[in-house]
Amino acid sequence: MAAPNNRRPGYSRRAQYGNFFGYIAAFVGIGVGALLLVFSINNSSAFSSLRGAANDVAAPAGEAAAGGRTTGQGLWATIAGYFTHGARVARLEREVAEARVRLAEQSALKEENARLKALVGLTEGDLKPVTITRLIGSTSTSTRRFALLGVGGNQGVRPGMAVRSPLGLVGRVVETGSSSARVLLITDSESSIPVRRASDGIQAYANGLGDGTLQIRLAVTGINPLKKGDAIVTTGSGGIYRPGEAVGVVVALTPDGAIARPLSDPALTEFVSVEPLFEAPEAPAPEAK
Amino acid sequence: MAQPLPSMLREIGKKQINRAPSPLLAMSVPWLLVMLGSLSPTWPVIASAPVMPPLGFLLLVAWQQLRPGLFPVWAGLPLGLFDDLYSGQPMGSAVVLWSAAMLGLDFIELRFPWRGFVLNWLEASGFIAAYLILSLQIANLGGGSTQLTAILPQVLLAILTYPIAGRLVGLADRFRLIKIRAV
Repeated sequence: MAAPNNRRPGYSRRAQYGNFFGYIAAFVGIGVGALLLVFSINNSSAFSSLRGAANDVAAPAGEAAAGGRTTGQGLWATIAGYFTHGARVARLEREVAEARVRLAEQSALKEENARLKALVGLTEGDLKPVTITRLIGSTSTSTRRFALLGVGGNQGVRPGMAVRSPLGLVGRVVETGSSSARVLLITDSESSIPVRRASDGIQAYANGLGDGTLQIRLAVTGINPLKKGDAIVTTGSGGIYRPGEAVGVVVALTPDGAIARPLSDPALTEFVSVEPLFEAPEAPAPEAK
Repeated sequence: MAQPLPSMLREIGKKQINRAPSPLLAMSVPWLLVMLGSLSPTWPVIASAPVMPPLGFLLLVAWQQLRPGLFPVWAGLPLGLFDDLYSGQPMGSAVVLWSAAMLGLDFIELRFPWRGFVLNWLEASGFIAAYLILSLQIANLGGGSTQLTAILPQVLLAILTYPIAGRLVGLADRFRLIKIRAV
């Protein structure tokens, strides 16, 4: 519909000035936004307390909804299950047979491992997570990939802590409010994780591409030894993530590495655990300001 | 794109003739609806890729097309600030882009006041695509390095979602003007 002509409100001086200053304010808004942008780009933690407080307010609603998400996905999975039932049973039976063989092999390896560990005097410390919680939301409209946790500083969550699901690495905490925390997902384009191939140990970096996949860049270029289906795990160098955490599986090869799909799809993860800091740094980490 | 209300809701306003819309409802519903759209990151969708349409922005454009002049031209500043708190973009990104969009929408409204559904959709599509692409550039300035191709599905989805956002706004517009205040 056509606009009421706001630009010419008549003879009222008050209305005319109000109109004029409205447009001034709109341009000032652009200026204010640009200033905010300069601040926040130069110092990414500049508004973290403000964001933390805002997320604290929204967190309870997100937590209530997170339960619904799990139920909803379960419903769709049940419906989908009717259509793929026969083929799945056949496949699962075959997999069980294969897995039995693997299990036998694994137990042998486990014994050998225990023997070797005893030899070098390592103890297997059971890692106790800081807390176990749900992901309650993610920045699904932005190209930056952050997720929200329903726990925060009050529960002992600190920036820098790794977040993982039973399937693999999810990301790490970058900002905390008092009862919410912001997690940088491994698929974010700012995330870069030192990784290696699980089978041998070829070093590489896993950079997020922002579209749900990871770019694996080999540390030593040349002949690309990666193959489809290779499992990628963390090396632990850099001191944020523990060594040997599952990250992803190679799905496509590129000239200088590969594209990998993360093992822990955050959308399908019900519970995640927040791990204590891997190496307690002497000085506080830069993002912990 | 005004949408007829369900009959039950419509009856509320028709009972008595000496009734007027509540100013509180009439003024607050547009702002609250846009802010609710900005809260979409706290909805139970955990995405590993940018797929959700920017609902806050869609609703703002839809309000601006249905009721030009309802929001003051400076509305991009407070609403954008609120959106930035939740969107994950660098702080200030929505403040700049929403303020610019408000001025752009206002300009088009004055130049081409008579538009049909298709023209409205085309106009909104242009604004949505520009908004998402510029948001990507700003996010990349702030530390990301995402390719443009990663947001193409999101742009498409947002453009296709826009008429639904318009319908929602039409419904909310009928709701906010229900006559419930005795005069």
